[in-house]
Amino acid sequence: MGLLSLAIWLPIVSGVVLLAIGRDEHAHAVRWLALVAALASFLVTLPLITGFDTSTAAMQFQESLPWIERFNVHYRLGVDGLSMWFVPLTAFINVIVVISAWEVITSRVNQYMGAFLILSGIMVGVFSALDGLLFYVFFEATLIPMYIIIGVWGGPRRVYAAFKFFLYTLAGSLLMLVALVYLYYKSGGSFDILAWHKLPLPGGVQTLLFFAFFLAFAVKVPMWPVHTWLPDAHVEAPTGGSVVLAAIMLKLGAYGFLRFSLPIVPDASREWAWFVIALSLIAVIYIGLVALVQQDMKKLVAYSSIAHMGFCTLGFFIFSELGVAGGIVQMISHGFVSGAMFLCIGVLYDRVHSREIASYGGVVNTMPTFAAFAVFFAMANSGLPATSGFIGEWMVILATVKAGFWLAFLAATALVFGAAYNLWMVKRVYFGAVANDDVRGLTDLNAREFVMMAVLAIAVLWMGVYPKPFTDVMQVSVTELLKHVAQSKLGS
Amino acid sequence: MDEMNWLAVAPEIVLLTMACVVAMIDLWVTHPRRTPTYLLAQASLAVVAVLHLQLYDAGQSVYTMQGMVVADPMGHLLAFFATAAVMISLAYARPYAADRDMLKGELITLAMFSLLGIFVMVAANNFLVVYLGLELMSLSLYALVALRRDHAPATEAAMKYFVLGALASGFLLYGLSMMYGATGSLDIPEVFKAIGTGQINKAVLVLGVVFVVAGLAFKLGAVPFHMWIPDVYQGAPTAITLLVAGAPKLAAFAITIRLLVEGMSGVAQDWQQMLILLSVASMALGNLAAIAQSNLKRMLAYSTIGQMGFMLLGLTPTVVSGNTVSAANGYSSSMFYVLTYVFTTLGTFGIVMLLSRHGFESEQIDDLKGLARRSPWYAAVMAIFMFSLAGIPPTVGFYAKLAVLQAIVSTNSPLYIWLAVIAVLLSLVAAYYYLRLVKVMYFDEPADLRPIASTGEVRAILSLNGAAVLVFGLLPGGLMALCAQAIGRALTT
Repeated sequence: MGLLSLAIWLPIVSGVVLLAIGRDEHAHAVRWLALVAALASFLVTLPLITGFDTSTAAMQFQESLPWIERFNVHYRLGVDGLSMWFVPLTAFINVIVVISAWEVITSRVNQYMGAFLILSGIMVGVFSALDGLLFYVFFEATLIPMYIIIGVWGGPRRVYAAFKFFLYTLAGSLLMLVALVYLYYKSGGSFDILAWHKLPLPGGVQTLLFFAFFLAFAVKVPMWPVHTWLPDAHVEAPTGGSVVLAAIMLKLGAYGFLRFSLPIVPDASREWAWFVIALSLIAVIYIGLVALVQQDMKKLVAYSSIAHMGFCTLGFFIFSELGVAGGIVQMISHGFVSGAMFLCIGVLYDRVHSREIASYGGVVNTMPTFAAFAVFFAMANSGLPATSGFIGEWMVILATVKAGFWLAFLAATALVFGAAYNLWMVKRVYFGAVANDDVRGLTDLNAREFVMMAVLAIAVLWMGVYPKPFTDVMQVSVTELLKHVAQSKLGS
Repeated sequence: MDEMNWLAVAPEIVLLTMACVVAMIDLWVTHPRRTPTYLLAQASLAVVAVLHLQLYDAGQSVYTMQGMVVADPMGHLLAFFATAAVMISLAYARPYAADRDMLKGELITLAMFSLLGIFVMVAANNFLVVYLGLELMSLSLYALVALRRDHAPATEAAMKYFVLGALASGFLLYGLSMMYGATGSLDIPEVFKAIGTGQINKAVLVLGVVFVVAGLAFKLGAVPFHMWIPDVYQGAPTAITLLVAGAPKLAAFAITIRLLVEGMSGVAQDWQQMLILLSVASMALGNLAAIAQSNLKRMLAYSTIGQMGFMLLGLTPTVVSGNTVSAANGYSSSMFYVLTYVFTTLGTFGIVMLLSRHGFESEQIDDLKGLARRSPWYAAVMAIFMFSLAGIPPTVGFYAKLAVLQAIVSTNSPLYIWLAVIAVLLSLVAAYYYLRLVKVMYFDEPADLRPIASTGEVRAILSLNGAAVLVFGLLPGGLMALCAQAIGRALTT
């Protein structure tokens, strides 16, 4: 069994085992088992980082087995510079999620942990699938555990949020299914994504395919105006659900643009780039302003996620190396930062059971350690230099300057808005005098919470100070991708 | 062609004999749960299934009964799965029927006779044999629905089923007589040849096709011939609903292939247009109406209508200038669809019956409330069925939808690609009500906290049924290849 298969199936199998044998009577053992499984799943992804060859754009760690012979579907896995980092990132976030749920989730613990383990394996599958159908199966399968997570452990409006999440995403991806089947037919009966990259396609067909893919991925990213499911899902989901949604699930959509839209329909991508750039800028500016007026911390971070993901899509559709690489760096960084932001809210929520900004004030007085972390992550979220948030945004803006000054100007306003909504929230929640008895009674982080905050803080700092390991991995693949996109596929 | 070839119809003969034996023996059985009769019936069904499987493995197409019957791989495969479906139905039905004083010898014998009718239909090579099998199956089912004499809704459902079913049979018979008038033969291969000559009076032929398609649509439950489905599904005792909703769908699929494809592919252009309309109308009406239901059985009935619409879509790709590739692709994907659909539905109704103990009918969607707390295992199995019906991977329902979609997209005509888009959008509508069931089971608090009583047999089969839906979802290749092989053989002979 290859490394990637192990990274996919280890968490899934252990999740299924937990579902089958776990009982609430021995919840403690279930937690430890889940932690061990999550850690093991993370450890098996580490050889991907150490063994990755940064000098080639070819797929690495490839595996291929015939799966459905009648349709020539293969169980084909592999990662290149575009996708490699997301595999360890997914497994890493899963460890954090398991730790974050430790004392918080007390009912149906085995189902909660099992759902997250299974979800993590499926998402690794999305990032490493090289077969169109396999990708789709993983892409859709993520909906089931997330639907259950939001619906069972979510807040008061969880049913509405779970349905909205499921149906929105399904609506987008069903048209992608038709597109995949069409490509299968056009390529003479193959679901091989890499073969599709070389497939010549006429202009009209490319446009239709582009929009079929666009709809699926834009809903997932999510881009304005199909973003409305995200604030609902985030607000209602339990902390772990929000973390996984923001840190990993949104990246599935952005990754889809890189793996499908750009290389398979390059002409349509170039033709419609203005459209995607326009939507991205709206996301960056308008959604940034929306974030400013939120009363609910989770909603605020949800909107800020949409704005940050706007940077990714903006970077991709500028078609410059710096832009695409910046977009990917932004995806990874946002994985750490948004995950940490939701964990911070979770820490407060577990103690006070409110997400309203107005319920807090002066938290720094009672939780100094926590406040330090929270302020640090808020800074990272607003793109402060020396944090990971800065690198991606800076690369994208730099790339955008070359595409047009005004575009860059508009994109850069996001930094202002980002600083505004983050700092304003920090001021209202953490600083000032102690606002009420709830805040007065707060206790600072316990060891478990400290560990997960510290690990994330180290990741954010490391990536902000020394991003080379990340950019090195993607460089060759990004160059290759752009070379590919520059060639027209209209011929013949 | 003219020999009797008794050996090729061995399963049918065994089934007929055993059905009679079971009926006789049951006269002396006093056991309240009918254990001896039940076991004997299950054993004979198992033998019949094995026989069919062996004949399928032999891989030959044998004409028997002087050409009235064809025993080909498609027939054997469908008959095998129909037998399996009836066996599972009986296993699920036994505790439910025993609690309601319905478990008499008649139930088992009539189920066996309806299966015999299905066998005749899937192996028919002659219009009259099709009709004979159809009537044998239908009459057994009418009687089964009415089995609970003192239950008003069941009696009403039986009446509706009988009247509308008789009307449909009339349609079919009328269409077949037109075909006979036009072509001068009742033998399906002869009709095919006659149409191929191009010498046939087109007006009579097309009129005949219209009636045949209408009759088939009735049996499949496609809009606008669907009225009986919700009433019968809801009114019949759930144990009988299972027998109506399961194996007969396979038979309806088989005669559709036998009549339309093997007999009338010369006028495929005509019936394919009708199927497209039936299909789109069924998907639209079935899925939209299902949303409005609060009765679980009725919702599943409308969902059946939508699912059959999707299945019909696979029958629409045309034979392009003698090239049967895309058509065969379509038919085999439909066959895969109907097979997976039947086994998913069986499991769904199995769960419904499981919850119906304690002398009350679990018919409302709300009766599933909080099932995940009462029994996480059954809730998970039911959730798998629901995701499969909704077509969400990694369950087998997804591959069924995928197979049909690829069949119609690979015709590469804009019409069919738009049909594919319509189909996926309507299956999005369907996802809503399947998800609602998952929501009721997982997100709502249970109203009834009593644990679920079930026999070990039912628990084992339900678990296997759920596992099959998942395992065939992870590895659908084998079953798909079987279907393709069977259809390929049926088209070349």
